[in-house]
Amino acid sequence: MFESILITIATAATPLLIASIGELVVERSGVLNLGVEGMMVMGAVTGFGVALATGSPWLGVLAAVLVGALFSLLFGFLTLTLVTNQVATGLALTLLGLGLSGMIGESFVGLPGVKMSYLYIPYLTDIPYVGKLLFGQDPLFYVSILLTAGVAWFLFRSRAGLTLRSIGDNHTSAHALGINVIGIRYLAVMFGGACAGLAGAYLSLVYTPQWIENMTAGRGWIALALVVFASWRPWRVLAGAYLFGAVSIGQLHAQALGIGVPSQLLSSLPYLATIVVLVLISRNRRLTMVNTPASLGRPFVPDR
Amino acid sequence: MRALDGSETANLLEVRGLTKIFGTLKACDAIDLTIAKGEIHALLGENGAGKSTLVKMLFGSLEPHSGEISWNGQPVRIASPHAAKKLGIGMVFQHFSLFEALTAAENIALSLNEDTPISTIAAKAKALSYSYGLPLDPYSLVGDLSVGERQRIEIIRCLLQTPELIILDEPTSVLTPQEADKLFETLERLRSEGKSILYISHRLEEVKRMCDRATVLRHGKVVGHCDPRKETAASLARMMVGNEVKPVVRPPSEGIEKAASLLEVRGLSRKPATPFSIPLRDIKLDVRAGEVIGIAGVAGNGQGEFFEAVSGEALQDDGATVRIRGKDAGRLSISGRRLLGAAFVPEERLGHGAAPRMRLSENLLLSRHTTDRKAFLGPAGLVQSGAVKAASQRIVEEMDVRKSAVDPEAAALSGGNLQKFIIGRELDRQPAVMVVNQPTWGVDAGAAAHIRQALIELARSGSAVLVISQDLDELFEISDAIAVMHNGELSKPLPRAEATFEKIGLLMGGAEPGHVEPALEVA
Repeated sequence: MFESILITIATAATPLLIASIGELVVERSGVLNLGVEGMMVMGAVTGFGVALATGSPWLGVLAAVLVGALFSLLFGFLTLTLVTNQVATGLALTLLGLGLSGMIGESFVGLPGVKMSYLYIPYLTDIPYVGKLLFGQDPLFYVSILLTAGVAWFLFRSRAGLTLRSIGDNHTSAHALGINVIGIRYLAVMFGGACAGLAGAYLSLVYTPQWIENMTAGRGWIALALVVFASWRPWRVLAGAYLFGAVSIGQLHAQALGIGVPSQLLSSLPYLATIVVLVLISRNRRLTMVNTPASLGRPFVPDR
Repeated sequence: MRALDGSETANLLEVRGLTKIFGTLKACDAIDLTIAKGEIHALLGENGAGKSTLVKMLFGSLEPHSGEISWNGQPVRIASPHAAKKLGIGMVFQHFSLFEALTAAENIALSLNEDTPISTIAAKAKALSYSYGLPLDPYSLVGDLSVGERQRIEIIRCLLQTPELIILDEPTSVLTPQEADKLFETLERLRSEGKSILYISHRLEEVKRMCDRATVLRHGKVVGHCDPRKETAASLARMMVGNEVKPVVRPPSEGIEKAASLLEVRGLSRKPATPFSIPLRDIKLDVRAGEVIGIAGVAGNGQGEFFEAVSGEALQDDGATVRIRGKDAGRLSISGRRLLGAAFVPEERLGHGAAPRMRLSENLLLSRHTTDRKAFLGPAGLVQSGAVKAASQRIVEEMDVRKSAVDPEAAALSGGNLQKFIIGRELDRQPAVMVVNQPTWGVDAGAAAHIRQALIELARSGSAVLVISQDLDELFEISDAIAVMHNGELSKPLPRAEATFEKIGLLMGGAEPGHVEPALEVA
């Protein structure tokens, strides 16, 4: 019982974690992409469709990652090359993604999807209490954990990560040092898009293997909120994703038990928690300075 | 000149006809410049003369419209700072190109382009910084450091790249005389190793002392090459400005001893605001009507913290620790202190002294709408924009602020002109107490003389003026007495007649008995 609750929490948390980790890298480079929801839902519909056509969930995942990255490339071209407003462009990307995915997915509605199989390692998975939790989940769960560790290492241990953070802190200085600000931001934005696409594929291939219009249901926004909640730190994103995963699962159990907490209140908790965190970190100048990418959302035009 | 003695020309860098145009402005107009191997070459010019533009083209951050650059006799195109570094050009920026959220070591690592571990870089940087007398804690966060300490990082960062040509933009403006001497020793050592240095400075004395040749720019054109050792400071200044720079006149102060103290600081202490900042320790100071008191000190010894405490950016627990015109002000806000007749000019011009993207008149209104409510605000608190614009225009004329539009954004002005406006904005109120932090940092000779003269005149008209500066020449020029801040403590003010560079320099290094050596200098 306890193990199965933990597994459902992990399943709820994984798409949030993957999308947030991608957006974290984007924001650490100083770009604010509010189009996570749109890229995610595009990933979901692509993953579903390709898996259905080929019968292979892995090809679905691959296609979703590519589409997510391509979709973010559109955002990158508009905001980085044409220097449009990042907030407006991100919102437009979300609207476009929701509409486009609805159109593409119209014929998928009601079809049974392809479900990604769970990991099974003889003996290990059969260990009582923890076997299924540690060794019997879907493969993307392990990907999400590796992704978190990888991004944490990249950002704070590697020279390339230092360069990325420096651009997020002050793009003018970075340019003066000869760092290719726009190029690195393109890469970061595409990484974010690929992650959002992957998170979308998780929804339509693992979480509920079917296609429903708007099936991301605001998870992209929660992912955005999580990045701030975690004050732009990968391991805190993981903690936050599991916290919100637990809240959403707890909400289901609470309803089943007939506990009278309005579900709307519970589902607004991520946003409330984000506001509380923003208040807390903004009280400490030093914390804000160290963690918040100072040039987040600011347009960059190199003078030449 | 070293380049002329042999058959082979030993020119490291040759620039022919380099031109850069911004819109209609020729920022650099057919500049010729040669730098020989092993020479220290001075680049002189007022703010806006095109020095920064020229240097940026040499460092690859700006692309010239026309002209040639050759390096070691070979024509080159410097397409990016990276290319410049590859050739062997290193740069110490005037407007720091540092990342506040990163540590000193990380900042240095970013410009090195190799995969040396940060800890190795930190150790190297620390060793180098101590050997050059510019102590640096590589793990401190740049955001917590003062302007002077940030410049040390820039210098160390450049030296670690072992460049052939080092471009230094105003490197000594934040150093003590002893530290500057150390830097000159370093530069001379580098010269003897065959490295070349392009040295940009406003301090004509040090140019005369150290540089082999000088190129003088005015309005984007080269107006002369000379041997600075054969010139006088006055003749160099004349070449830069195009006419005589009026020397600052300090009329004798009479009867100051009996004058009332308009700004009193009593037992002012402050805990460090951030883990890296300096605590203030029991500061006592009087500034009387009619006098200018200068506060000297190496950057980062508590001057910024002291300014914040006096101006009201940081409130005190006890209102009596800061008294303005006989009233307790320690618990008052900035506006409250302004209403008592005080005026404050902070160190940073953009972002602190003025809102960069707002017009001059808007900046004027922002700082004075409380104190000049009657003049600037009409019935129901509506802004009288005519009155604000007229006042703005008055300040512009009074301080000779040069600008390109009628009412430009603050960020569009050059540093010197914006500083003249900000100082003028406060002087226009005829404040009884004026506190200025770094009045002429990065400001050209003409503008600096103007600002200094204005501060002296304000004092002689019966106000109390307190000037915090790292520029000792400036303090000796305008102060009636000089106190030194070291490690959060303030020495007793030395009357101008008793103060010498030697004495003040020793105090800046912490020589006064009772001072605790900061941990940095022990290590």
